Amino acid sequence: MSPPLLGVEEGGGNTSTVATSPSIDGASHDCLGLKERNYLGLSDCSSVDSSAVSSLSDENKSNLNLKATELTLGLPGSQSPEREPKLCLLSSGKLDEKPLFPLLPLKDGICSSSLQKNIASGNKRGFSDTIDEFSELKSSKYPDGNWMFHATGPAPETAQCGGQGKFPGNAGMKAMLPSRTSGAQATVPKEALPKPAPECPRALNGAGVSQTRASNNAPAAKAQVVGWPPIRSYRKNTLATTSKDNDEVDGKPGPGALYVKVSMDGAPYLRKVDLRNYSTYQELSSSLEKMFSGFTIGQCGSNGTPGREMLNESKLRDFLHGSEYVLTYEDKDGDWMLVGDVPWE
Amino acid sequence: MNYFPDEVIDHVFDFVTSNRDRNVISLVCKSWYRIERLSRQRVFIGNCYAISPERLIARFPGVRSLTLKGKPHFADFNLVPPDWGGFVYPWIDALARSKVNLEELRLKRMVVTDDGLELISRSFVNFKSLVLVSCEGFTTDGLAAIAANCRFLRELDLQENEVEDHRGQWLNCFPDSCTSLVSLNFACLKGDINLAALERLVARSPYLKSLRLSRAVPLDTLQKILVRAPQLVDLGVGSFVHDPDSETYNKLVTAIEKCKSMRSLSGFLEVSAYCLPAIYPICSGLTSLNLSYAPGIPGSELTKLIRHCRKLQRLWILDCIGDKGLGVVASSCKELQELRVFPSDPYGVGNAAVTEEGLVAISRGCPKLNSLLYFCQQMTNAALKIVAQNCPNFIRFRLCILEPTKPDSSTNQPLDEGFGAIVQSCKGVRRLSLSGLLTDQVFNYIGTFAEQLEMLSIAFAGDNDKGMLYVLNGCKKIRKLEIRDCPFGNIALLTDVGKYETMRSLWMSSCDITLGGCKTLAKKMPRLNVEIINENNEMEDCIDDEQKVERMYLYRTLVGPRKDAPEHVWTL
Repeated sequence: MSPPLLGVEEGGGNTSTVATSPSIDGASHDCLGLKERNYLGLSDCSSVDSSAVSSLSDENKSNLNLKATELTLGLPGSQSPEREPKLCLLSSGKLDEKPLFPLLPLKDGICSSSLQKNIASGNKRGFSDTIDEFSELKSSKYPDGNWMFHATGPAPETAQCGGQGKFPGNAGMKAMLPSRTSGAQATVPKEALPKPAPECPRALNGAGVSQTRASNNAPAAKAQVVGWPPIRSYRKNTLATTSKDNDEVDGKPGPGALYVKVSMDGAPYLRKVDLRNYSTYQELSSSLEKMFSGFTIGQCGSNGTPGREMLNESKLRDFLHGSEYVLTYEDKDGDWMLVGDVPWE
Repeated sequence: MNYFPDEVIDHVFDFVTSNRDRNVISLVCKSWYRIERLSRQRVFIGNCYAISPERLIARFPGVRSLTLKGKPHFADFNLVPPDWGGFVYPWIDALARSKVNLEELRLKRMVVTDDGLELISRSFVNFKSLVLVSCEGFTTDGLAAIAANCRFLRELDLQENEVEDHRGQWLNCFPDSCTSLVSLNFACLKGDINLAALERLVARSPYLKSLRLSRAVPLDTLQKILVRAPQLVDLGVGSFVHDPDSETYNKLVTAIEKCKSMRSLSGFLEVSAYCLPAIYPICSGLTSLNLSYAPGIPGSELTKLIRHCRKLQRLWILDCIGDKGLGVVASSCKELQELRVFPSDPYGVGNAAVTEEGLVAISRGCPKLNSLLYFCQQMTNAALKIVAQNCPNFIRFRLCILEPTKPDSSTNQPLDEGFGAIVQSCKGVRRLSLSGLLTDQVFNYIGTFAEQLEMLSIAFAGDNDKGMLYVLNGCKKIRKLEIRDCPFGNIALLTDVGKYETMRSLWMSSCDITLGGCKTLAKKMPRLNVEIINENNEMEDCIDDEQKVERMYLYRTLVGPRKDAPEHVWTL
């Protein structure tokens, strides 16, 4: 379902060109890359788990749809590895992400999953790109364990995918590499590992952020080793599906905080609210009112992007001063719903 | 010489419960061998392909409890194809036909089918206990058969199995006359549960001590269950999400307070942190806490909870507790013996991870620590040395640095010295898992100092064959050796072939051994099964002896090559 965007794109004009695609080099567009990074980098495990997975599924769903509408100013699918750590300062606090993300056209709907989208597109670039990036040792800056290559087999695939949380496009990768991958993999870690962790920039959530940026590149830069880290598939699958299932089954809130993105037409950036802080719709709407009262009412509407923890994509428009704005959300079926019909729980 | 009649010796042997001791006893003389074998009731078979069911029954006709393990350990990490083997049906079939009075069956990493479960339920009248760990191949229909037919069932314990859930009414299949349940664990089931049937079952099971629920069991049902079963000692919570202001929640709090015997808590497969305070009242008595499957509890909530658990001996937790949280554990849980810290985001990048600091804090606060499984972002030699000094009692020490071959994060050196310190200080260490950047030197340390080592897991380590040889030559008691992605080749493999008959098994994958080397080994040692595991027709086209072998698994056996291996698994 496409939300009525009408004046949105144009209105967001100035900033939108700048901030269009998450694939744009973050170096030149500070605000941009952050949001995606924050997902996986900032928050504590509650969001990490679910975000990794729900974004994954989001991304899976939205990837194909949105690629067509994606505006990219950089190289197609390029993932700039260098993002200055200080950029992450823009997002304060651990769980509360304030992406300075200007209004975007339709494809904005995938913002939250843009990280994964990048990764997926990175995957789709194919093997040669992988090797290029790899040989450039870009990965060296990111001493994380983000190994991405899926060398074998039928059955493990589901288990792997469940657990990976970031790199769905393994199938593509798989075809490319020869079956005898161990050699490549065995040497890979040694090459890729020149720099120890301390070099990893430590801004606010520096470690997390830089590493998330790394994960952005990781599909290209690092192959995921089969069977590493040595966690039982049962455990991997369970933790991966737990958060996903929470949302699918009955929309019951799962882990800790339930943050959803709120976008207001015309606002230069979006906000996030923790639905758990409220117990009625009234509370939610008045709080949103306060949050967005700073903005003059503009014509642009950005499309809120899927909440991390929920498969229900929520895009809320503010209810300000009566009928000017209406609170709506996009549910898991993709339909636009008026907020307030369903009981709060 | 025996001066006592057999009955007396038999009676004496009853007091010898450890199988290792009984194995030694049976070597003393033929008479003792005979008496021992006729009286042994509990048999442990660590590798189901090392012996056949027929020979088991021939030697131990009185077997009542059988423990079997199937697939190699690395099957847990998807390194073994799913159809590799480990089928339990032939065992059940043989035991049934021989009219063995089987009461207990404990299986790990085996393929279990509904047919097998049904055969158990119909063949063994006194069957009491079924424990399945990391098994697969069965559905809830099989469970229904067990429930329906095992009239004296005491224990049904399903741990981390892949069960196809037909969402049937297997819980309903427990007859009303079944009142003997002591332990019921179905936490790994994914489908819906008949809640009313569950409540009725609990209500008529006065001996129930251990109950682990699946995610499908909501909080209000839990409350009702706890009201019926305040005698529970071990509880696995399914779903723990509710409005903390509701009456149901308050009733739950009251019910929990009455569970004075509760010692072990696990599960929380779905949890809202706001509900956790309900369990504070019983925390002071807890000795075991497993929150490793509880997603998304913020570190702050975890630490609040743990502060109440001052008697904790075992803690399994996710790394979102963080180093600081581990510090709280260290200051609160002085009795801690076993700690497992799992990664909440295995492929992610460690914002929520733990480092060497957490481990050092634990070692300082918990001197009784003897078992560790620790997934971390980084480690240093210095930290390991401190840990070794503070905790000399380690029996199991398993460290997994998430990034392979990562060196000491402060000096950039290999972690040889750190692990060396561990094996030197912890003279009783029996199980060791290594990670990080490691050279042959660490194996030198292990071979020299780890005298009690029985199981060693190595990945991405070593420089050349010497490393593996240090271990094979030095560790006299090694039983299981599993190696992946290490530069060990034929020389290491073939230098001491006799050693493998003293071990249960050896696994080598992505190393430098060749098909020729494996063939040589198989030829020299007929009592070993040397299996080459291929996948995707890795080796179909060129069966060249110079070709490196992707996966090799060898194990000692008394019954020769197995007949149930799939096509792509060759026994040389």
